[in-house]
Amino acid sequence: MALTGIQIYKLLPQTNCKECGFPTCLAFAMKLAAKQVELSACPYVSEESKKQLAESSAPPIRLVTLKGVDVEAKAGNEICLYRHEKTFYHKPGLFIRVRASDPDLAKKVAAADAYKVNYVGIELTIDGFAVVADSDLATAIQTIRSISKRPLILIGDPAALQAGLAACRGETPLLYAADASNADPMAELAKSHPAALAVKAESLEALADLTQRIQAKGVQDMVLDLDGNTLGEWLVRSTQVRRLALKNFRPLGYPVLAFPCDAKDEAIAAAQAIAKYAGFIVLNEFKPELLYPLLVLRENIYTDPQKPIQVQPGLYEINQPKPDSPVLVTTNFSITYFSVANEVEGSGLPAWLVVTDAEGMSVLTAWAAGKFDAERIAKAVKTFNVASKVTRKRLVIPGHVAVLSGELEAELPDWEIRVGPREAVDLPAFMKQALN
Amino acid sequence: MPLEIPKDKWPGSVRTVTLGAAAAEGGTRTKTVTIGGQTAMPYLHFEASPPHPPAVAVEIKSRPPEDWSPLLLEAWGELVNDPAAWAKKAEEIGADLIVLALTLADRPEEAVNVVQSVLRATGVPLIVWGPGQAEKDNELLVPVAEAAKGERLVLGICEDKNYRTIVAAAMANGHLVQARTPMDVNLSKQLNILISDMGMPKDRIIMDPTTGALGYGIEYGYSVMERLRLAALQGDAMTQSPMIVTPGFEAWKTKEAKVGSGVPEAWGDWKERSVNWETITAITLLESGADIVVLRYPESVARVKQAIQELMTA
Ligand code: SF4
Repeated sequence: MALTGIQIYKLLPQTNCKECGFPTCLAFAMKLAAKQVELSACPYVSEESKKQLAESSAPPIRLVTLKGVDVEAKAGNEICLYRHEKTFYHKPGLFIRVRASDPDLAKKVAAADAYKVNYVGIELTIDGFAVVADSDLATAIQTIRSISKRPLILIGDPAALQAGLAACRGETPLLYAADASNADPMAELAKSHPAALAVKAESLEALADLTQRIQAKGVQDMVLDLDGNTLGEWLVRSTQVRRLALKNFRPLGYPVLAFPCDAKDEAIAAAQAIAKYAGFIVLNEFKPELLYPLLVLRENIYTDPQKPIQVQPGLYEINQPKPDSPVLVTTNFSITYFSVANEVEGSGLPAWLVVTDAEGMSVLTAWAAGKFDAERIAKAVKTFNVASKVTRKRLVIPGHVAVLSGELEAELPDWEIRVGPREAVDLPAFMKQALN
Repeated sequence: MPLEIPKDKWPGSVRTVTLGAAAAEGGTRTKTVTIGGQTAMPYLHFEASPPHPPAVAVEIKSRPPEDWSPLLLEAWGELVNDPAAWAKKAEEIGADLIVLALTLADRPEEAVNVVQSVLRATGVPLIVWGPGQAEKDNELLVPVAEAAKGERLVLGICEDKNYRTIVAAAMANGHLVQARTPMDVNLSKQLNILISDMGMPKDRIIMDPTTGALGYGIEYGYSVMERLRLAALQGDAMTQSPMIVTPGFEAWKTKEAKVGSGVPEAWGDWKERSVNWETITAITLLESGADIVVLRYPESVARVKQAIQELMTA
């Protein structure tokens, strides 16, 4: 945990020389604690104090970066237990498990590596591969590297991993895993390459002992395998690790690695891992019907609650609308906008789409909060000069806000106000049947 | 090295609520369902294990659904034409509760009949939803409440613009109510206050904070539920009701679940994707504090029940 102003003061020279620009060392210490100044502004801090201050300001969960060839996956640096307290920062990497012995290795890697899916305008992909060293690892890595640049998790015993590491020079893979029986050779491998090291033990106490032992050998980048057998057990351990880490308990201040691939229900275990603090997640195989919902869940949970993804308010054209095409209205919450735009686009029907400034809220939420009312909609229609684009003034409002139609007629007297469906998915049918 | 795990000690707890009444209590249910009672955040057994598991409800309709995904219609087959048989099947595959959604086409006496036939066909507690239009809700739910007096049904869905009639009918006939507000902590509290001010005992209110499906705003519902649950544990009486959410309804109206053709190839197999969509939405909401999840697809019910069993043991 960060030091208090008083604790920092004790580490300063306490001479009140004012060179830092503050009248006293205490005043400077207070500003430091509030992170409003840099320590370098005081020319007289001792090396020892600098070291202590640096340690205390290190993030509670170490940022671990796995590197492939120009592609990285990062986890750590999180600062809260619940996303509404601030936000979750580093989306957990999704790694697909492959086996070195698999005759179809190249094919499987190629399919997973090429995977791209679009969600609200964002392109989502997998983050890397977890390679099981059940035959020569170096050959397998060469095969993977002829196809994919993504980071790797290497799973095997020290001898197998050593051979594999020779095939990924210049990269930072994650080695899996050091336990009480092999911690020394594993630490040696991780340190000399250097690579990140996964650490595994049957209890959190044993895990904390092990990370300290490995850190003493000079390995900084570690990742924790919590080894919970059921959803409940894993959730408890993951929460305990996050709590301890946030209280600045350094021995468990590392990202967590999850293996939903070994759970009874992979989708459920992976969803829990995403919501509950995993940093890296290993999936059993490449399956778009599982990967897509998980990638979406990860986007959702890691959205900054303080700034929902917004779309620029304005008049959008879909399928080259003409002056007699209908005018649809929605809010500037990205998910709302994209569901409406995608549906209409997919239907091939031309339309004008007025995106109102509802402070990034969905239709219902914005309406409840008074950010999507007749006045705002009328204002948008006027501001974006919609009347100048159309000959037929037909405005379709979302079914959820049907109650606004009366007021809107008063605000926009020369417009025909129509109540559309509640859900975007029903828009094409509505446009075909009701709007002719 | 011995570890001292930081534990939260909360002054408050979630209210314990029982759905359904057995013969001894004036109903006809062979099983009742008790939810709530938690004194810690979801499934944190090292602080306090939840005294009751969350319940899985299956949603059925009084008439064959017109706008449901073909996958759902295929899964339930002929049963969608016979609400009693449909409910019975749902109970057989593991539903702890049945949600019977009435439709705009139902006349009051039809609504009463279908509720009674579902009650006869099943032993689990029943939740009855009106079609979602204030006047029609009241027209159907009042006679239903009277006809099923003493069953401890849950009547819904109360919203701020229409709750008085439903609450009065529930109070007069020994039922519970579902109180829905659109993803907002304060709105949830307000509706709870309005309903308790009418004299409704607090242990007969279930909060429905509303959620979005995966990909369609689930993060809002997720955080609102976490905040409501934290407030409950901190001792705020108006947030201490157990929470019901409708991942089945939300997930199955998304394009991802509803539509099988003309969608990106990257979405993968339609059926598996759809079931994952519903299951993942449900599990994510359970992790943030849901006490009842209402589902639609049989396989999701089995998967979510299995997950609940695992979450309850640590
Ligand atoms: S420069 Fe350093 S020693 Fe001088 S007053 Fe500032 S903090 Fe104190």
